[in-house]
Amino acid sequence: MLKNRIIPCLDVKNGRVVKGINFVELKDAGDPVEQAKIYSDGGADEICFLDITASNENRETIIDIVRKTGKECFVPLTVGGGVRTIQNITDLLLAGADKVSINTAAVKDVSFVKEASKKFGSQCIVVAIDAKKVSDNKWEVFTHGGRNKTGIDAVEFAEQVETNGAGEILLTSMDRDGTKSGYDVELLKLITNKTNIPVIASGGVGTLDHLYDGIVKGGASAVLAASIFHYGEYKIKEAKEYLNSKNVSVRL
Amino acid sequence: MNVTIVDYQSGNISSVINSFTEVAKRKVNLKVTSDIKKIKLSDKIVLPGQGSFKSCVDSLKSINGLADTLKEFAITNNKPLLGICVGLQMFADVGYEEEETEGLGWIPGKVSKIDNQNGKFKLPHIGWNEIEIQKESKIFKDIKNKSHMYFVHSYEFIPEDKSVISATTDYSSKIVCSIERDNLFGTQFHPEKSDKIGLKIIDNFMKL
Repeated sequence: MLKNRIIPCLDVKNGRVVKGINFVELKDAGDPVEQAKIYSDGGADEICFLDITASNENRETIIDIVRKTGKECFVPLTVGGGVRTIQNITDLLLAGADKVSINTAAVKDVSFVKEASKKFGSQCIVVAIDAKKVSDNKWEVFTHGGRNKTGIDAVEFAEQVETNGAGEILLTSMDRDGTKSGYDVELLKLITNKTNIPVIASGGVGTLDHLYDGIVKGGASAVLAASIFHYGEYKIKEAKEYLNSKNVSVRL
Repeated sequence: MNVTIVDYQSGNISSVINSFTEVAKRKVNLKVTSDIKKIKLSDKIVLPGQGSFKSCVDSLKSINGLADTLKEFAITNNKPLLGICVGLQMFADVGYEEEETEGLGWIPGKVSKIDNQNGKFKLPHIGWNEIEIQKESKIFKDIKNKSHMYFVHSYEFIPEDKSVISATTDYSSKIVCSIERDNLFGTQFHPEKSDKIGLKIIDNFMKL
């Protein structure tokens, strides 16, 4: 039986791990390679790096981190943040990333997803969708860490990226991100029902029950969390044992 | 010992290189190449493969003499070769991803899309799944039945002769996830991404 995945995410800025509250207040807390190794030794099913400085700074820093991590961690590594061109993807994959996560570039032109999945295979193309609730049962896609409204309906966009060859969707609720109040289960349910590719839930985890809700109520194939693992509130193993005790199948 | 990872521009092989390098340490001379002369001098070959069946077969066949050299190595000379993911799928006669494409034809069978049972099963099959060992296999030495391996694929290899199947995994149906025939090995899962247990499989292959 396929197991539900737990994915710790490390937000990286200038080569250091940070985790912001709603992407604003950043705290510095550690070396990404070391953190990734701790997570992979602790049973993380995958590791995710989100380069939050990629938009305007040198990309070499994250590539170097990916290169070092690939030599230490032997579980899948996804890297997102500032992935805009085929060359960006090539560089990250050559450095040792297994998947890349595309956000703004997919929103700007969904055919980039098609081009990327055609060239590298769907298995390594994750599309990150940042969504905010705009009215009852309606969510809109936002970019630039939730600052830019796009007018694009999140559900329609999810269906579109699937058609264009995305292998997975990383769905972040911008309303919940950093709040520790749990995933936006309604949004998750809507998108997991409308698409046939795996959806990774993101944004808002504060307790282990939130992970349970993302999988069982929201239908996510994987749950991503940052701060609850990063600040040591819970170990990956504790999260897995908890889910297992509630009959959610995980890799123990 | 010389182990060669065949680099035929089949997409991302960095993780394969990283994991084999980790296992090889200084004991094994590991090469990453498509140079036919070097491949011929190898003791073992690793054939990775990412992307579609068609794109992998096309890339492999675009390198003059590569397919014949691999066949001579693995089939005629019966030397150890491990195919990973599409690397395994290419052993088949034919694949149906993108369009009908002729494979290497080393193991009779076909590669078709996993039946998602009308959307009940999400595709790609991504993540950790248990393997059910079907027969004793040299690369599964000290690997427990029901061990977790990392998968990412939408197509499955269906061999005609079921005796080549060394493990299956349960996703929609019993998917063939590992084959072994003489010195020819293949895994649908990614040992290079399957943590310590995956490295153990790589180690078993290196030690053959």
